[in-house]
Amino acid sequence: MPDINLTLNGQAVSGTVENRTLLVDFLREGLGKTGTHVGCDTGQCGACVVHVDGVSVKSCNVFAVELDGSKVTTIEGMANADGSLGVIQQAFQDHHGLQCGFCTPGMVMTAAALLKENSDPSEAEIREYLDGNICRCTGYHNIVKSIQAAAAEMNASPVAAE
Amino acid sequence: MPKDSGIGASSKRREDVRFLTGKGKYTADISVKDQTFAAFARSSVAHGRINSIDIAAAEAMPGVLAVLTGEDFAEVGGNPAGWLITSRDGEPMKEPKRSPLAIGKVRHVGDAYAAVIAETAAQARDAVEALDADIEELDAIVDMSEAIENSDNLVHDEIGTNLCYDWGWIEDNKAAVDAAFESAPHVTSLELVNNRLSPNAMEPRVSIGDYDASTGDYTLHTTSQNPHVTRLLIGAFVMGIPENKLTVIAPDVGGGFGSKIYHYGEEAVVLAASKKINRPVKWVCDRSEAFVTDAHGRDHVTKIELATDKEGNFLAVRTETQANMGAYLSNFATVTPTFLHGTLMAGPYKTPHVYVNVKAVFTNTVPVDAYRGAGRPEATYSLERVIDKCARELGIDQLEIRRKNFIQPDQFPYTTPVALVYDTGDYDATLDKVAEIGDLAGFAARREASEAKGKLRGLGISTWIEACGIAPSALVGQLGARVGLFDAATVRVNATGSLAVMTGAHSHGQGHETVFAQVVAEKLGIAEEQIEIVHGDTSKIPFGMGSYGSRSLAVCGSAIVRATEKIIAKATKIAAHMMEADAADVVFENGNFTVAGTDKSKSFGDVALCAYVPHNFPHEELEPGLEESAFYDPANFTYPAGAYACEVEVDPDTGEVDVVGFAAADDFGNVINPMVVNGQVHGGVGQGIGQALMECVVHDGNGQPLTGSYMDYAMPRANDVPSYVVDHSCQTPCTHNPLGVKGCGEAGAIGSPPAVVNAVIDALQSGGINVTHVDMPVSPSRVWNAIQAAK
Amino acid sequence: MYNFDFVKPSTVDEAVAALADEDAQALGGGQTLIPTLKQRLAMPSKLVSLKGIEGLDKIFVDRGGNLVIGAAATHAQVAATTDYPALASLAARIGDPAVRNRGTIGGSLANNDPSACYPAGALGSGATIVTNGRSIEADDFFEGLFETALEEGEIITEVRFPIPEKACYMKFIQPASRFPLTAVFVAKFADGVRVAVTGASNDGVFRWSDAEAALNTTFDAGSISELSVDADDMISDIHGSSEYRAHLVKVMTARAVKAAL
Repeated sequence: MPDINLTLNGQAVSGTVENRTLLVDFLREGLGKTGTHVGCDTGQCGACVVHVDGVSVKSCNVFAVELDGSKVTTIEGMANADGSLGVIQQAFQDHHGLQCGFCTPGMVMTAAALLKENSDPSEAEIREYLDGNICRCTGYHNIVKSIQAAAAEMNASPVAAE
Repeated sequence: MPKDSGIGASSKRREDVRFLTGKGKYTADISVKDQTFAAFARSSVAHGRINSIDIAAAEAMPGVLAVLTGEDFAEVGGNPAGWLITSRDGEPMKEPKRSPLAIGKVRHVGDAYAAVIAETAAQARDAVEALDADIEELDAIVDMSEAIENSDNLVHDEIGTNLCYDWGWIEDNKAAVDAAFESAPHVTSLELVNNRLSPNAMEPRVSIGDYDASTGDYTLHTTSQNPHVTRLLIGAFVMGIPENKLTVIAPDVGGGFGSKIYHYGEEAVVLAASKKINRPVKWVCDRSEAFVTDAHGRDHVTKIELATDKEGNFLAVRTETQANMGAYLSNFATVTPTFLHGTLMAGPYKTPHVYVNVKAVFTNTVPVDAYRGAGRPEATYSLERVIDKCARELGIDQLEIRRKNFIQPDQFPYTTPVALVYDTGDYDATLDKVAEIGDLAGFAARREASEAKGKLRGLGISTWIEACGIAPSALVGQLGARVGLFDAATVRVNATGSLAVMTGAHSHGQGHETVFAQVVAEKLGIAEEQIEIVHGDTSKIPFGMGSYGSRSLAVCGSAIVRATEKIIAKATKIAAHMMEADAADVVFENGNFTVAGTDKSKSFGDVALCAYVPHNFPHEELEPGLEESAFYDPANFTYPAGAYACEVEVDPDTGEVDVVGFAAADDFGNVINPMVVNGQVHGGVGQGIGQALMECVVHDGNGQPLTGSYMDYAMPRANDVPSYVVDHSCQTPCTHNPLGVKGCGEAGAIGSPPAVVNAVIDALQSGGINVTHVDMPVSPSRVWNAIQAAK
Repeated sequence: MYNFDFVKPSTVDEAVAALADEDAQALGGGQTLIPTLKQRLAMPSKLVSLKGIEGLDKIFVDRGGNLVIGAAATHAQVAATTDYPALASLAARIGDPAVRNRGTIGGSLANNDPSACYPAGALGSGATIVTNGRSIEADDFFEGLFETALEEGEIITEVRFPIPEKACYMKFIQPASRFPLTAVFVAKFADGVRVAVTGASNDGVFRWSDAEAALNTTFDAGSISELSVDADDMISDIHGSSEYRAHLVKVMTARAVKAAL
């Protein structure tokens, strides 16, 4: 079984996986990072979205072995250094952008990817970008509001966006 | 000015921090030392006779520890139906036994007939494929009418019929209702389908069974909305485990919407398997498995008739419904189409005569049970659709026909012809409010703008009511419930004045940890941060019937208030002792106990400390400590109501429907956390739009599901729904619970589907297309088909 | 899912050699293959990742004016290009952002899902699919549902798209999967119009030749108003009847013509 090395949330990690081990299973079972969730088996719900080398990826739809040497960021890596909520996370709390919390890690990671590509998205652009993230609780209303608020906050204080 | 804490404040949710940082603890996140994994062998046919199951090859597979089949459960009890429904002829409903693993026959695609326990999940799945089961396929029973007529082919041979019950509500009304129809100047009738839905909480079900041979204790971690109910069902009915030997823990749960109320066979299997191999057993459902195992919702076929005079005054309502039970009776399946549906068929209207008939039918499909709203969406949809149609036939405005039939504020308490007693309400107020927040006055201009783009614009109205706050025991007992429906709470004040509240509610997205703390903080005049809310663990909380039926705040929250009141009463005695005053003279206000007319005062914290340092207590009169429990059983259901307005644009070339506006004005009585309440409505409306336009579980004629994944079951995404305009400022507080609250969890899912469909019909009619009904989901192809048929 | 061997070769030749093993299968972005494996609907002995091959994701305009896209280029990479806006727009609407960051054009074309977007883009553009051994015209490449002209072990290396005067991809989605229920790619070249339809036909992606002929005469949505597509050839399922799909072919074609840039 292959050994793989990743930089996970800025830290070097390694582990032994089967070829068939999905990234999400390596994160959850191999590394104990259970913040990334599995909500479907067809690559559609987006609860498992993480960033690989700076772009969003569905971690249930990629093999860990494919990513040897990659930089991976998960929801566990999204808070500020002092442990306080990052801008997007804080916006989700402020605007009630989550209820049961299960889809939330994927929503936050997708929102982060969006705001990296487009710092001032319209409501329509946000909704379009969330096409691969399903939420059953919020009706999306407050998720959209949260992302709008995060964008505004980042644009108001560009340092926070770093 | 809005408050910043306590009742009425939009306190930010404390639970969010762990969810937002990946620190939530969902059942799948739990790994128990030495755990093993279960995988289930599931039927690939809808109906089949199990001739044999050869497990030898599977047992020999790498890592396999045990293989269980239905025979392992032949001696234990079945998973029961929670409500006994009596048919019109006085006969009790038919109740076939439901084993954790199928015995003798498989009855739906996905029905589990064996389980493999192995060292890893992959090994368990590999071994499932090595099972050699001889299952002889039988003709599937799918269509409800055929199921009723065909007594030769039965889902359950031992009951001799596919009809579970034939229920009339109220049977004594029938003659008067029929007479009213005979003489009515106008009758509108409508046949409609309330589409079968898959609840799709984003967290799939997970169960971990852990048997400790040294103590005989079982622990079940499971995705449940009501761990005590699960414990009761497993303990008293299915496995015969004494409740003191079974702990059920439902940690963070990723949504439920009804689907996690019920006890499922997998829970019993992981417990039994754990005992068998003396190691913990974990089962993680995947989404494909969830589609064929989680209880579905809705699935009614209904004919509704509305009798009116020429002015649109309602004279009588009559319905005939077939309700699909699926292959087995899930725990709440029998009550959903009856007492959660038939009793609501008066709506918010003063219709004098109502009669409801429901036939519940077994089919070779996944069991159907309560899903967000549960029966009340079905009632509301039927009623609001037929009213819409009636208004068109009579040429009466959609708002006007509702207004002239509303129960008036001075008529409360109002006893409906279907046996509910509405305590309070103001239905004109919410209808006025939705007209305002939805800017109905501007609709004509918006319609013109849509038409200029080649789109048809429609406006749909729905005015809904529900009976929720599911309780009271006395009433539900009369209606056939086999359990009480009260709730319980313990308030435990620590010596330093902080406190823990153990509640029988279970939060799986509703924000109880925040909202309940607001209630207690308000009552005790202390900071919310000093209050911890504990839920989801039968070893920690006194008892509880869990969260569903918009009952958490109205029932469980009321129990918390009652326990808090007892705390105040006890603390008052302690304070009186501390201040050497008569308890009758001690006043509790803003967190301080004061002797009236003096400057003597003790803070809540001082009193708490004294309770645990009782150096000079008169022990005959005053016990040390400060902890109180309360069991609360209300006098009635609660009756939230509201008015919804939906605007759609229909593309006449493709049939595509775009929801372009949605306004919801609700009366939830008093509101604890407006932010959370709005979120509940958003989510409910989102699900309602999903039902109306997108979602449907479909089976082919052989009972094979055609919607087994998100590739074919259409879940609403962000782009499928609009921003919602919501309001809950119309408030007629509940008259019989201490918080004056009514419940808001199901509202959106109840009121929205008819508003959406009514809007589509309005849009089509505005384009001169004479379509009077399209069944849900109103997909583009269905709309296009309807347009073609109308040409 | 069943286990398998895994290799990540760094050259096309190595990849071709690795694919010579029985039941070896190429792995592009895996966005379709991995869900299939999870359902245990495929059992490859070996997966050969094409993501490690240097330059296989290059995108450039060649001297002949063709947009050349390496087989391992992701949908996101193609979406970010500006040389062929209609094709970039098609890529930008495949799946969702995370899928677009992994999924590749080579994987999509080799799979030839009857509801995929890229087959319409390739056929509608008259693209050339270049493999390790040969060049295949799009007209010869697609051979029905999930079938292509590719031989066992043959891998796509790049796709050459002639850039039309104007083009548009008009997609009507299936609401669950978000794949096309019916989508039409219209491209107007100096020497003629091509109309490719995906999602609709029992035979997979196809060219609507009647529409092409009419649009060659006058490139205007009105030109096809009297035409129709034979519903007998169309897919019928829970999301739409064959008649509905046949109707959508026409509606989407007209809209694509109107919107073509």
